[in-house]
Amino acid sequence: MAKVPKTPSRKRGNLPPLELHVPEPKYRPGDAVDYSDLVIPPAGAQPRPDETCAAEETYPLCTDLVRVLGDDDKAVGPWDPRLDAETLRRMLRAMALTRAFDDRMYRAQRQGKTSFYMKCTGEEAIAIAAAFALADDDMVFPSYRQQGILVARNYPLVEMVNQIYSNRADRLKGRQLPIMYSAKDYGFFSISGNLTTQYPQAVGWAMASAIKGDTRIATSFIGEGSTAEGDFHAAMTFATVYNAPVVLNVVNNQWAISSFSGIAGAERTTFAARAIGYGMAGIRVDGNDALAVFAAVRWAADRARANKGPTLIEHFTYRAEGHSTSDDPSSYRSAQESVEWPLGDPIARLKRHLIALGEWSEEQQATMDREVAEEVKAASKEAEKNGILGHGLHHPFKTMFEDVFEELPWHLEEQAEQAIRERRVKWPDWKE
Amino acid sequence: MMTQEESPVSLADAPTRRLNMIEAINDALDIMMERDANVVITGEDVGYFGGVFRATAGLQAKYGKIRVFDTPISECGIIGAAVGMAAYGLRPVPEIQFADYIYPGLDQLVSEAARLRYRSAGEFTAPITVRSPFGGGIFGGQTHSQSPEALFTHVAGLKTVIPATPHDAKGLLIAAIEDNDPVIFFEPKRIYNGPFDGYYDTPASPWAKHAGSVVPEGYYSIPLGKARIVKEGEALTVLAYGTMIHVAEAVLAEKGVDAEIIDLRTLVPIDMATVEKSVKKTGRCLVIHEATRTSGFGAELSALVQERCFYHLEAPVERVTGFDTPYPHSLEWAYFPGPVRIGEAVDRLLGA
Repeated sequence: MAKVPKTPSRKRGNLPPLELHVPEPKYRPGDAVDYSDLVIPPAGAQPRPDETCAAEETYPLCTDLVRVLGDDDKAVGPWDPRLDAETLRRMLRAMALTRAFDDRMYRAQRQGKTSFYMKCTGEEAIAIAAAFALADDDMVFPSYRQQGILVARNYPLVEMVNQIYSNRADRLKGRQLPIMYSAKDYGFFSISGNLTTQYPQAVGWAMASAIKGDTRIATSFIGEGSTAEGDFHAAMTFATVYNAPVVLNVVNNQWAISSFSGIAGAERTTFAARAIGYGMAGIRVDGNDALAVFAAVRWAADRARANKGPTLIEHFTYRAEGHSTSDDPSSYRSAQESVEWPLGDPIARLKRHLIALGEWSEEQQATMDREVAEEVKAASKEAEKNGILGHGLHHPFKTMFEDVFEELPWHLEEQAEQAIRERRVKWPDWKE
Repeated sequence: MMTQEESPVSLADAPTRRLNMIEAINDALDIMMERDANVVITGEDVGYFGGVFRATAGLQAKYGKIRVFDTPISECGIIGAAVGMAAYGLRPVPEIQFADYIYPGLDQLVSEAARLRYRSAGEFTAPITVRSPFGGGIFGGQTHSQSPEALFTHVAGLKTVIPATPHDAKGLLIAAIEDNDPVIFFEPKRIYNGPFDGYYDTPASPWAKHAGSVVPEGYYSIPLGKARIVKEGEALTVLAYGTMIHVAEAVLAEKGVDAEIIDLRTLVPIDMATVEKSVKKTGRCLVIHEATRTSGFGAELSALVQERCFYHLEAPVERVTGFDTPYPHSLEWAYFPGPVRIGEAVDRLLGA
């Protein structure tokens, strides 16, 4: 193996040669997995400071793990949000609906109905419990894996499928890659596709809300890999300098495509601990525990609303599927990681909790699973009437030139005419 | 290390293999890793996984993770660290996963890598080669389709290189890595697996059927700043690069036009001698690129041709480009400068 030669000159005495550390995940394809090193504190053992506390009081929570649902499926400890059974059932249904939606859309991509899809399997609790903890008009600056927020806020599934199919009914006019939704009426900012750009934007929205004396707060989501972007630092700095009413979430699902969390710095400290250097409140939470996620986000939202400033929340979870339809995770990580993930599956955990409360049953779960699958099927069939990608039922060519600017300048008018002329040559029978 | 003048450009006797563009790029990286222990490869997912397009497949296993390693998701960090490594004396080859994601690294490229030699009067240099897939035609939407080459050609101190065949991709990448200045190496991802004639609804053709996939084994370099005459002709000159070379070839053959097609290969520094000679011969010039039109590289080409060949021109220089909009998802093929748009421009040029 060829190695970088050590510089032959300038050896100082008997100093050791410097060494570069390149993090390496513990497990690769085919490896057995051993999670015994992973520290998972018992549920209910984490203190819950008052929402108005000094940021320093949260620092122990940055390296702890807030958990509510215990191994016995009971909700325990000071972070138990004491939600009523009906709310828990609505959360469970939104999570199941999101999973059913992901499964169907993944298959639709495989069937060639669209170009791309991204599932959030195993991470449903984060977006959905966060949406339940926030007010419906709080502004969300999402990454590409928070479809659960739209589902929890009752955004029509058929609109989501229209967007995924880039069809004639797509509100975004077929311009965006599938799942890059935008839903202003649902407090859901346009998804960029570029990473972490939404983080300082969420801070800016929160600053604007404060400038205007509003009561709405902002929140944003990124993955742990995206904390490496410079935009993360900008967001954290602005948020603390201006005490912005914002909740900044890091979804640590362990993998950024093929790069494990160590490539983003997880070997040295937690992602929640990033808050400490900025003097921001921070919480690390079990992301597969819907009640803990709800409690942490509600705590941070209440803090922001009380003008006590921003919070960084790390949701510790596992990306159970590939990054997207474009990668095969079995080529870079052990399949056992997902199977043996010690924090379990968020839907199964909430279901068991409801059953333990005597408020739910396996039969009800099975019925609900059938219902949500039917709901998704109906929505996708409805959307298919508006077309699927690449079968001609797209928006008119002229729409390609709209919204570049508020008004069409002369050169875009000319280019639109060119595009329409080309269409007449290519498809003489076309009716707009 | 050989200079470009010394490198064997004539490869008549070298054994060859048929490679697609990804394999040719992988081969070039492998050869340079082997030849020069100062070459290191960095970028998102380039290590164990071998890159999302497989360009670095097998290289970490062969050369170790000290020389081929994954980076955090920070284009600023990837390029900034490469500048620092280069300042030490390494020859980094960072990958930016998609050209659409290069912008957070722009300050490190534009203000730092590009000017390091100038501002230190040659004391420090940045011999880095930033590889990045670019261009559309894969339903990538506005964040996986852009052609931002003109942003880089506008910057003093950066070289910009774009290959159109596996053969050229290997030779140009080797030359770029050996070059002592920073090079932006844009790889047209639409033609990673096969040339593209512009007809998206017909079956794709593999590289194996194309002469450009015959790649000599071992080391060779293609000098930066030298264009390739794809096809000689008398009726008009086509200036293009990357994917559009193949589209232009197909359209002009179909129209039966005796065009001279020039693959620029390097945009900065451009091979103006070859361009000038051809345009003075044909008197007509068509510039084609997939990037947006306004302030695109076509504007520079058009100006150069007008300045240097004005009295030989029989018709105004024509530009065929992408439209001045973000790259749309569902209307990708309405956006793409395909056969109809090129055909119309050719008719205008020949009718004038």
